[in-house]
Amino acid sequence: MNVSLMIESLPALLQGVWVTLELVVAALLIGFCIALPTALARLHGNALLRSIAVSYIFFFRGTPLLVQIFLVYYGLSQFDFVRESALWPILRQPYWCALIAFSLNTGAYTAEVIRGGIQAVPSGQIEAARACGMTPTTTFVRIVWPQALRHSLPAYGNEMILMVKASSLASTVTLLDITGVARNLVAETYMPIEILSMAALIYLAMTFTLGQGVLAMERRLAAGRS
Amino acid sequence: MFDLFGFGHLLLQGTWVTVQLALISLVLGLGFSLLGAAMKLSDFRLLRFAAGVYTTLFRGIPELVVILFIYFGGVVIVNAVARQLGYDRYIDVSAFAAGVAALSLTFGAYGTEILRGAILAVPKGQVEAARACGMTSLTIGWRIVLPQVWRYALPGLGNTFLIILKETALVSVIGLDELMRRTEVAVGYTKQPFTFFLTAALIYLGLTAIVMLVQRKLEQRANRGVIARSAV
Repeated sequence: MNVSLMIESLPALLQGVWVTLELVVAALLIGFCIALPTALARLHGNALLRSIAVSYIFFFRGTPLLVQIFLVYYGLSQFDFVRESALWPILRQPYWCALIAFSLNTGAYTAEVIRGGIQAVPSGQIEAARACGMTPTTTFVRIVWPQALRHSLPAYGNEMILMVKASSLASTVTLLDITGVARNLVAETYMPIEILSMAALIYLAMTFTLGQGVLAMERRLAAGRS
Repeated sequence: MFDLFGFGHLLLQGTWVTVQLALISLVLGLGFSLLGAAMKLSDFRLLRFAAGVYTTLFRGIPELVVILFIYFGGVVIVNAVARQLGYDRYIDVSAFAAGVAALSLTFGAYGTEILRGAILAVPKGQVEAARACGMTSLTIGWRIVLPQVWRYALPGLGNTFLIILKETALVSVIGLDELMRRTEVAVGYTKQPFTFFLTAALIYLGLTAIVMLVQRKLEQRANRGVIARSAV
Protein backbone atom coordinates (compact mmCIF):
# COMPACT_ATOMS: atom_id res chain seq x y z
CA MET A 1 0.00 0.00 0.00
CA ASN A 2 1.26 3.39 -1.01
CA VAL A 3 0.05 5.60 1.84
CA SER A 4 1.47 8.85 0.48
CA LEU A 5 -0.53 8.38 -2.72
CA MET A 6 -3.68 7.88 -0.64
CA ILE A 7 -3.02 11.17 1.15
CA GLU A 8 -2.18 12.91 -2.13
CA SER A 9 -5.46 11.75 -3.68
CA LEU A 10 -7.50 13.19 -0.82
CA PRO A 11 -7.89 16.82 -2.06
CA ALA A 12 -9.15 15.67 -5.47
CA LEU A 13 -11.56 13.19 -3.90
CA LEU A 14 -12.87 15.85 -1.51
CA GLN A 15 -13.73 17.97 -4.55
CA GLY A 16 -15.90 15.07 -5.60
CA VAL A 17 -17.60 15.05 -2.20
CA TRP A 18 -19.23 18.38 -3.04
CA VAL A 19 -20.69 17.05 -6.29
CA THR A 20 -21.97 13.94 -4.49
CA LEU A 21 -23.48 15.97 -1.63
CA GLU A 22 -25.12 18.43 -4.02
CA LEU A 23 -26.68 15.62 -6.06
CA VAL A 24 -27.87 13.70 -2.99
CA VAL A 25 -29.39 16.68 -1.17
CA ALA A 26 -31.10 18.03 -4.29
CA ALA A 27 -32.41 14.58 -5.31
CA LEU A 28 -33.74 13.89 -1.81
CA LEU A 29 -35.53 17.26 -1.67
CA ILE A 30 -37.08 16.93 -5.14
CA GLY A 31 -37.81 13.24 -4.54
CA PHE A 32 -39.67 14.07 -1.34
CA CYS A 33 -41.80 16.63 -3.18
CA ILE A 34 -42.68 13.93 -5.73
CA ALA A 35 -43.22 11.26 -3.10
CA LEU A 36 -45.86 12.97 -0.97
CA PRO A 37 -48.43 13.57 -3.75
CA THR A 38 -47.65 10.10 -5.16
CA ALA A 39 -48.29 8.41 -1.81
CA LEU A 40 -51.53 10.38 -1.39
CA ALA A 41 -52.63 9.54 -4.93
CA ARG A 42 -51.93 5.89 -4.28
CA LEU A 43 -53.95 5.88 -1.06
CA HIS A 44 -56.79 8.29 -1.71
CA GLY A 45 -56.82 9.14 -5.41
CA ASN A 46 -59.45 8.12 -7.91
CA ALA A 47 -58.83 5.10 -10.15
CA LEU A 48 -56.85 7.09 -12.73
CA LEU A 49 -54.53 8.84 -10.23
CA ARG A 50 -54.04 5.59 -8.34
CA SER A 51 -53.02 3.64 -11.42
CA ILE A 52 -50.61 6.40 -12.47
CA ALA A 53 -49.01 6.33 -9.01
CA VAL A 54 -48.85 2.53 -8.95
CA SER A 55 -47.22 2.28 -12.40
CA TYR A 56 -44.73 5.06 -11.60
CA ILE A 57 -43.70 3.30 -8.39
CA PHE A 58 -43.54 -0.12 -10.06
CA PHE A 59 -41.41 1.12 -12.95
CA PHE A 60 -38.86 3.02 -10.88
CA ARG A 61 -38.56 0.37 -8.17
CA GLY A 62 -38.47 -2.50 -10.65
CA THR A 63 -35.71 -1.32 -12.99
CA PRO A 64 -32.03 -0.63 -12.33
CA LEU A 65 -31.10 3.00 -11.62
CA LEU A 66 -28.40 2.71 -14.30
CA VAL A 67 -31.08 2.05 -16.94
CA GLN A 68 -33.07 5.04 -15.68
CA ILE A 69 -30.06 7.36 -15.92
CA PHE A 70 -29.25 6.15 -19.44
CA LEU A 71 -32.91 6.49 -20.48
CA VAL A 72 -32.86 10.16 -19.47
CA TYR A 73 -29.31 11.02 -20.59
CA TYR A 74 -29.01 9.06 -23.84
CA GLY A 75 -32.62 8.03 -24.46
CA LEU A 76 -34.31 11.43 -24.69
CA SER A 77 -31.97 12.60 -27.47
CA GLN A 78 -33.62 10.07 -29.79
CA PHE A 79 -36.62 12.35 -30.19
CA ASP A 80 -36.35 15.42 -32.39
CA PHE A 81 -39.01 17.30 -30.46
CA VAL A 82 -36.91 17.01 -27.28
CA ARG A 83 -33.82 18.28 -29.05
CA GLU A 84 -35.74 21.23 -30.49
CA SER A 85 -37.50 22.10 -27.26
CA ALA A 86 -36.51 24.89 -24.89
CA LEU A 87 -35.50 22.28 -22.30
CA TRP A 88 -32.72 20.80 -24.44
CA PRO A 89 -29.90 22.95 -22.96
CA ILE A 90 -30.80 21.35 -19.61
CA LEU A 91 -31.52 17.82 -20.84
CA ARG A 92 -28.23 17.45 -22.64
CA GLN A 93 -26.15 18.10 -19.52
CA PRO A 94 -25.20 14.98 -17.57
CA TYR A 95 -25.59 16.81 -14.25
CA TRP A 96 -29.27 17.60 -14.77
CA CYS A 97 -30.01 14.19 -16.29
CA ALA A 98 -28.47 12.42 -13.32
CA LEU A 99 -30.41 14.67 -10.96
CA ILE A 100 -33.70 13.99 -12.80
CA ALA A 101 -33.12 10.22 -12.72
CA PHE A 102 -32.07 10.24 -9.04
CA SER A 103 -35.07 12.36 -8.04
CA LEU A 104 -37.59 10.17 -9.87
CA ASN A 105 -35.95 7.04 -8.43
CA THR A 106 -35.85 8.16 -4.81
CA GLY A 107 -39.32 9.67 -5.24
CA ALA A 108 -40.74 6.23 -6.02
CA TYR A 109 -39.04 4.56 -3.05
CA THR A 110 -39.93 7.42 -0.70
CA ALA A 111 -43.57 7.30 -1.80
CA GLU A 112 -43.78 3.71 -0.52
CA VAL A 113 -42.06 4.71 2.73
CA ILE A 114 -44.57 7.54 3.27
CA ARG A 115 -47.49 5.29 2.34
CA GLY A 116 -46.41 2.82 5.02
CA GLY A 117 -46.12 5.66 7.54
CA ILE A 118 -49.60 6.99 6.74
CA GLN A 119 -51.16 3.52 6.90
CA ALA A 120 -49.58 2.90 10.30
CA VAL A 121 -51.72 5.67 11.86
CA PRO A 122 -54.57 3.92 13.72
CA SER A 123 -57.87 4.46 11.93
CA GLY A 124 -59.60 5.14 15.25
CA GLN A 125 -57.69 8.41 15.52
CA ILE A 126 -58.87 9.53 12.09
CA GLU A 127 -62.46 8.61 12.94
CA ALA A 128 -62.17 10.51 16.24
CA ALA A 129 -60.81 13.57 14.45
CA ARG A 130 -63.67 13.46 11.96
CA ALA A 131 -66.15 13.04 14.81
CA CYS A 132 -64.70 16.22 16.40
CA GLY A 133 -65.62 18.04 13.20
CA MET A 134 -62.17 18.33 11.58
CA THR A 135 -62.15 18.55 7.80
CA PRO A 136 -60.19 15.84 5.95
CA THR A 137 -57.40 18.37 5.28
CA THR A 138 -57.13 19.41 8.93
CA THR A 139 -57.22 15.75 9.97
CA PHE A 140 -54.34 15.01 7.64
CA VAL A 141 -52.24 18.03 8.62
CA ARG A 142 -52.77 17.80 12.39
CA ILE A 143 -53.34 14.09 13.10
CA VAL A 144 -52.03 11.86 10.31
CA TRP A 145 -48.97 13.65 8.93
CA PRO A 146 -47.02 14.26 12.19
CA GLN A 147 -47.36 10.59 13.12
CA ALA A 148 -46.70 9.35 9.59
CA LEU A 149 -43.42 11.30 9.61
CA ARG A 150 -42.34 9.60 12.82
CA HIS A 151 -43.35 6.15 11.58
CA SER A 152 -41.48 6.57 8.30
CA LEU A 153 -38.28 8.05 9.71
CA PRO A 154 -36.33 4.75 10.14
CA ALA A 155 -37.19 3.57 6.62
CA TYR A 156 -36.53 7.05 5.21
CA GLY A 157 -33.13 7.05 6.91
CA ASN A 158 -32.31 3.84 5.04
CA GLU A 159 -33.47 5.44 1.81
CA MET A 160 -31.18 8.43 2.38
CA ILE A 161 -28.20 6.09 2.91
CA LEU A 162 -29.14 4.14 -0.23
CA MET A 163 -29.28 7.46 -2.12
CA VAL A 164 -25.74 8.38 -1.05
CA LYS A 165 -24.58 4.99 -2.34
CA ALA A 166 -26.66 5.22 -5.52
CA SER A 167 -25.19 8.65 -6.31
CA SER A 168 -21.97 6.84 -7.30
CA LEU A 169 -23.74 5.99 -10.57
CA ALA A 170 -23.38 9.65 -11.57
CA SER A 171 -19.85 8.68 -12.58
CA THR A 172 -21.28 6.57 -15.43
CA VAL A 173 -22.46 9.72 -17.21
CA THR A 174 -19.05 11.43 -16.87
CA LEU A 175 -19.84 13.40 -13.70
CA LEU A 176 -16.94 13.95 -11.30
CA ASP A 177 -18.49 12.84 -8.04
CA ILE A 178 -16.39 10.85 -5.54
CA THR A 179 -16.51 7.72 -7.70
CA GLY A 180 -15.94 9.70 -10.90
CA VAL A 181 -12.82 11.37 -9.50
CA ALA A 182 -11.62 8.00 -8.15
CA ARG A 183 -12.07 6.30 -11.53
CA ASN A 184 -10.08 9.07 -13.24
CA LEU A 185 -7.30 8.80 -10.64
CA VAL A 186 -7.19 5.01 -11.06
CA ALA A 187 -6.79 5.47 -14.82
CA GLU A 188 -3.97 8.00 -14.24
CA THR A 189 -2.02 6.20 -11.52
CA TYR A 190 -2.80 2.49 -12.03
CA MET A 191 -3.14 2.25 -8.26
CA PRO A 192 -6.72 0.97 -7.89
CA ILE A 193 -6.40 -0.38 -4.35
CA GLU A 194 -5.14 2.85 -2.76
CA ILE A 195 -7.51 5.20 -4.59
CA LEU A 196 -10.66 3.08 -4.32
CA SER A 197 -10.04 2.37 -0.60
CA MET A 198 -9.82 6.10 -0.04
CA ALA A 199 -13.10 6.65 -1.92
CA ALA A 200 -14.70 3.81 0.04
CA LEU A 201 -13.56 5.38 3.33
CA ILE A 202 -15.14 8.71 2.36
CA TYR A 203 -18.44 6.99 1.49
CA LEU A 204 -18.31 5.05 4.77
CA ALA A 205 -17.81 8.28 6.70
CA MET A 206 -20.81 9.81 4.92
CA THR A 207 -23.17 6.85 5.40
CA PHE A 208 -22.06 6.36 9.01
CA THR A 209 -22.64 10.03 9.89
CA LEU A 210 -26.01 9.96 8.18
CA GLY A 211 -27.01 6.78 10.02
CA GLN A 212 -26.03 8.26 13.39
CA GLY A 213 -27.90 11.47 12.55
CA VAL A 214 -31.09 9.55 11.77
CA LEU A 215 -30.73 7.53 15.01
CA ALA A 216 -30.36 10.73 17.03
CA MET A 217 -33.44 12.19 15.35
CA GLU A 218 -35.46 9.04 16.00
CA ARG A 219 -34.54 9.26 19.67
CA ARG A 220 -35.61 12.91 19.79
CA LEU A 221 -38.94 12.23 18.12
CA ALA A 222 -39.54 9.19 20.33
CA ALA A 223 -39.08 11.42 23.39
CA GLY A 224 -42.55 12.84 22.79
CA ARG A 225 -44.10 9.44 23.36
CA SER A 226 -44.82 8.30 26.86
CA MET B 1 -41.83 -9.60 -32.95
CA PHE B 2 -38.78 -9.45 -30.65
CA ASP B 3 -36.46 -8.53 -33.49
CA LEU B 4 -35.41 -4.98 -32.63
CA PHE B 5 -33.31 -4.24 -35.72
CA GLY B 6 -31.78 -7.69 -35.38
CA PHE B 7 -30.55 -7.14 -31.83
CA GLY B 8 -33.36 -9.04 -30.08
CA HIS B 9 -31.46 -12.30 -29.67
CA LEU B 10 -28.39 -10.45 -28.32
CA LEU B 11 -30.53 -8.86 -25.63
CA LEU B 12 -31.92 -12.29 -24.76
CA GLN B 13 -28.39 -13.69 -24.47
CA GLY B 14 -27.52 -10.78 -22.20
CA THR B 15 -30.63 -11.45 -20.13
CA TRP B 16 -29.46 -15.04 -19.64
CA VAL B 17 -26.06 -13.82 -18.37
CA THR B 18 -27.88 -11.42 -16.02
CA VAL B 19 -30.03 -14.26 -14.68
CA GLN B 20 -26.99 -16.51 -14.14
CA LEU B 21 -25.11 -13.70 -12.41
CA ALA B 22 -28.05 -13.01 -10.09
CA LEU B 23 -28.73 -16.66 -9.25
CA ILE B 24 -25.10 -17.60 -8.52
CA SER B 25 -24.75 -14.46 -6.38
CA LEU B 26 -27.94 -15.48 -4.54
CA VAL B 27 -26.64 -18.97 -3.70
CA LEU B 28 -23.19 -17.78 -2.60
CA GLY B 29 -24.75 -14.79 -0.84
CA LEU B 30 -27.00 -17.07 1.20
CA GLY B 31 -23.87 -18.95 2.26
CA PHE B 32 -22.20 -15.69 3.36
CA SER B 33 -25.42 -14.69 5.17
CA LEU B 34 -25.52 -17.93 7.17
CA LEU B 35 -21.82 -17.63 8.00
CA GLY B 36 -22.20 -13.97 8.96
CA ALA B 37 -25.25 -14.59 11.13
CA ALA B 38 -23.52 -17.51 12.87
CA MET B 39 -20.51 -15.27 13.55
CA LYS B 40 -22.66 -12.42 14.87
CA LEU B 41 -24.42 -14.78 17.29
CA SER B 42 -21.29 -16.65 18.36
CA ASP B 43 -19.74 -16.48 21.83
CA PHE B 44 -16.36 -15.35 20.53
CA ARG B 45 -15.88 -11.61 20.53
CA LEU B 46 -13.39 -11.73 17.67
CA LEU B 47 -15.86 -13.48 15.35
CA ARG B 48 -18.61 -11.02 16.29
CA PHE B 49 -16.25 -8.11 15.59
CA ALA B 50 -15.19 -9.53 12.21
CA ALA B 51 -18.83 -9.98 11.16
CA GLY B 52 -19.59 -6.43 12.31
CA VAL B 53 -16.77 -5.02 10.18
CA TYR B 54 -18.01 -7.06 7.21
CA THR B 55 -21.62 -5.86 7.36
CA THR B 56 -20.63 -2.23 8.06
CA LEU B 57 -18.24 -2.17 5.09
CA PHE B 58 -20.52 -3.78 2.53
CA ARG B 59 -23.64 -1.90 3.59
CA GLY B 60 -21.90 1.48 3.72
CA ILE B 61 -19.88 1.45 0.49
CA PRO B 62 -21.59 1.90 -2.90
CA GLU B 63 -21.84 -1.36 -4.86
CA LEU B 64 -20.26 0.32 -7.88
CA VAL B 65 -17.12 1.07 -5.82
CA VAL B 66 -17.11 -2.53 -4.52
CA ILE B 67 -17.32 -3.88 -8.07
CA LEU B 68 -14.53 -1.57 -9.30
CA PHE B 69 -12.41 -2.47 -6.27
CA ILE B 70 -12.78 -6.21 -6.73
CA TYR B 71 -12.22 -6.04 -10.49
CA PHE B 72 -9.26 -3.62 -10.66
CA GLY B 73 -7.88 -4.21 -7.18
CA GLY B 74 -8.50 -7.95 -7.38
CA VAL B 75 -6.16 -8.27 -10.38
CA VAL B 76 -3.37 -6.55 -8.44
CA ILE B 77 -3.91 -8.69 -5.34
CA VAL B 78 -4.27 -12.01 -7.20
CA ASN B 79 -1.09 -11.36 -9.20
CA ALA B 80 0.88 -10.24 -6.15
CA VAL B 81 -0.14 -13.42 -4.31
CA ALA B 82 0.69 -15.55 -7.35
CA ARG B 83 4.13 -13.95 -7.61
CA GLN B 84 4.78 -14.73 -3.97
CA LEU B 85 3.92 -18.34 -4.70
CA GLY B 86 6.39 -18.41 -7.58
CA TYR B 87 3.93 -18.14 -10.49
CA ASP B 88 5.10 -15.33 -12.77
CA ARG B 89 2.57 -15.37 -15.61
CA TYR B 90 -0.12 -12.68 -15.63
CA ILE B 91 -3.50 -13.81 -14.27
CA ASP B 92 -6.67 -12.11 -15.46
CA VAL B 93 -9.75 -11.80 -13.24
CA SER B 94 -12.91 -12.29 -15.29
CA ALA B 95 -15.62 -9.66 -15.09
CA PHE B 96 -18.16 -12.39 -14.31
CA ALA B 97 -16.15 -13.65 -11.32
CA ALA B 98 -15.62 -10.10 -10.04
CA GLY B 99 -19.35 -9.39 -10.43
CA VAL B 100 -20.34 -12.57 -8.59
CA ALA B 101 -17.87 -11.80 -5.79
CA ALA B 102 -19.11 -8.22 -5.36
CA LEU B 103 -22.81 -9.03 -5.55
CA SER B 104 -22.71 -12.13 -3.34
CA LEU B 105 -20.65 -10.32 -0.67
CA THR B 106 -23.17 -7.45 -0.76
CA PHE B 107 -26.10 -9.87 -0.53
CA GLY B 108 -24.31 -11.61 2.36
CA ALA B 109 -23.94 -8.35 4.29
CA TYR B 110 -27.66 -7.56 4.12
CA GLY B 111 -28.58 -11.25 4.55
CA THR B 112 -26.47 -11.52 7.72
CA GLU B 113 -28.63 -8.93 9.47
CA ILE B 114 -31.86 -10.46 8.18
CA LEU B 115 -30.94 -13.99 9.30
CA ARG B 116 -29.65 -12.76 12.66
CA GLY B 117 -32.98 -11.08 13.33
CA ALA B 118 -34.87 -14.18 12.17
CA ILE B 119 -32.87 -16.53 14.40
CA LEU B 120 -33.43 -14.26 17.40
CA ALA B 121 -37.16 -14.19 16.59
CA VAL B 122 -37.56 -17.93 17.27
CA PRO B 123 -38.93 -18.17 20.85
CA LYS B 124 -36.34 -19.52 23.29
CA GLY B 125 -38.95 -21.71 25.00
CA GLN B 126 -39.31 -23.83 21.86
CA VAL B 127 -35.60 -24.65 21.82
CA GLU B 128 -35.70 -25.48 25.54
CA ALA B 129 -38.80 -27.63 25.07
CA ALA B 130 -37.13 -29.50 22.19
CA ARG B 131 -34.08 -30.12 24.34
CA ALA B 132 -36.31 -31.35 27.19
CA CYS B 133 -37.84 -33.82 24.70
CA GLY B 134 -34.33 -35.18 24.18
CA MET B 135 -33.55 -33.74 20.72
CA THR B 136 -29.90 -33.23 19.84
CA SER B 137 -28.68 -29.73 18.90
CA LEU B 138 -28.56 -30.75 15.24
CA THR B 139 -32.15 -32.01 15.25
CA ILE B 140 -33.30 -28.86 17.03
CA GLY B 141 -31.62 -26.70 14.43
CA TRP B 142 -33.01 -28.70 11.51
CA ARG B 143 -36.55 -29.34 12.76
CA ILE B 144 -37.38 -26.44 15.08
CA VAL B 145 -35.23 -23.39 14.34
CA LEU B 146 -34.47 -23.41 10.60
CA PRO B 147 -38.06 -23.83 9.29
CA GLN B 148 -39.10 -20.81 11.34
CA VAL B 149 -36.01 -18.78 10.47
CA TRP B 150 -36.88 -19.39 6.81
CA ARG B 151 -40.39 -18.08 7.40
CA TYR B 152 -39.25 -14.93 9.23
CA ALA B 153 -36.37 -14.21 6.83
CA LEU B 154 -38.14 -14.76 3.49
CA PRO B 155 -39.58 -11.25 3.00
CA GLY B 156 -36.24 -9.59 3.75
CA LEU B 157 -34.21 -12.04 1.67
CA GLY B 158 -36.63 -11.63 -1.26
CA ASN B 159 -36.28 -7.84 -1.15
CA THR B 160 -32.50 -8.10 -0.99
CA PHE B 161 -32.48 -10.42 -3.98
CA LEU B 162 -34.56 -7.87 -5.92
CA ILE B 163 -31.92 -5.23 -5.10
CA ILE B 164 -29.11 -7.57 -6.21
CA LEU B 165 -30.97 -8.40 -9.43
CA LYS B 166 -31.06 -4.72 -10.33
CA GLU B 167 -27.46 -4.20 -9.31
CA THR B 168 -26.29 -6.79 -11.83
CA ALA B 169 -26.63 -3.89 -14.30
CA LEU B 170 -23.61 -2.26 -12.62
CA VAL B 171 -21.37 -5.13 -13.71
CA SER B 172 -21.73 -3.78 -17.27
CA VAL B 173 -19.37 -0.99 -16.14
CA ILE B 174 -16.47 -3.49 -16.03
CA GLY B 175 -17.45 -4.91 -19.43
CA LEU B 176 -19.39 -8.10 -18.69
CA ASP B 177 -21.72 -8.91 -21.61
CA GLU B 178 -24.93 -8.94 -19.60
CA LEU B 179 -28.22 -7.31 -20.56
CA MET B 180 -27.13 -3.71 -19.94
CA ARG B 181 -23.86 -4.05 -21.85
CA ARG B 182 -25.60 -5.72 -24.81
CA THR B 183 -28.12 -2.88 -24.81
CA GLU B 184 -25.34 -0.29 -24.95
CA VAL B 185 -23.76 -2.13 -27.89
CA ALA B 186 -27.11 -2.19 -29.70
CA VAL B 187 -27.54 1.53 -29.03
CA GLY B 188 -24.09 2.18 -30.51
CA TYR B 189 -25.08 0.50 -33.78
CA THR B 190 -28.68 1.62 -34.19
CA LYS B 191 -28.63 5.12 -32.57
CA GLN B 192 -31.99 4.31 -30.98
CA PRO B 193 -31.12 4.82 -27.30
CA PHE B 194 -34.67 5.30 -26.01
CA THR B 195 -36.07 2.21 -27.74
CA PHE B 196 -33.31 -0.04 -26.46
CA PHE B 197 -32.95 1.29 -22.92
CA LEU B 198 -36.73 1.12 -22.55
CA THR B 199 -36.65 -2.49 -23.79
CA ALA B 200 -33.93 -3.30 -21.25
CA ALA B 201 -36.00 -1.61 -18.55
CA LEU B 202 -39.03 -3.72 -19.49
CA ILE B 203 -36.93 -6.92 -19.38
CA TYR B 204 -35.67 -6.02 -15.89
CA LEU B 205 -39.26 -5.23 -14.92
CA GLY B 206 -40.32 -8.69 -16.15
CA LEU B 207 -37.55 -10.37 -14.15
CA THR B 208 -38.56 -8.36 -11.07
CA ALA B 209 -42.18 -9.42 -11.52
CA ILE B 210 -41.17 -13.10 -11.78
CA VAL B 211 -39.05 -12.88 -8.62
CA MET B 212 -41.92 -11.19 -6.75
CA LEU B 213 -44.27 -13.98 -7.85
CA VAL B 214 -41.88 -16.73 -6.73
CA GLN B 215 -41.33 -14.89 -3.46
CA ARG B 216 -45.07 -14.77 -2.79
CA LYS B 217 -45.44 -18.51 -3.54
CA LEU B 218 -42.53 -19.36 -1.24
CA GLU B 219 -43.94 -17.16 1.52
CA GLN B 220 -47.35 -18.82 1.21
CA ARG B 221 -45.68 -22.21 1.47
CA ALA B 222 -43.51 -21.21 4.43
CA ASN B 223 -46.54 -19.76 6.21
CA ARG B 224 -48.91 -22.65 5.49
CA GLY B 225 -49.03 -23.94 9.09
CA VAL B 226 -49.56 -20.47 10.51
CA ILE B 227 -52.36 -19.55 8.13
CA ALA B 228 -54.18 -22.83 8.80
CA ARG B 229 -54.13 -22.20 12.52
CA SER B 230 -55.43 -18.64 12.33
CA ALA B 231 -58.26 -19.77 10.05
CA VAL B 232 -59.67 -22.08 12.73
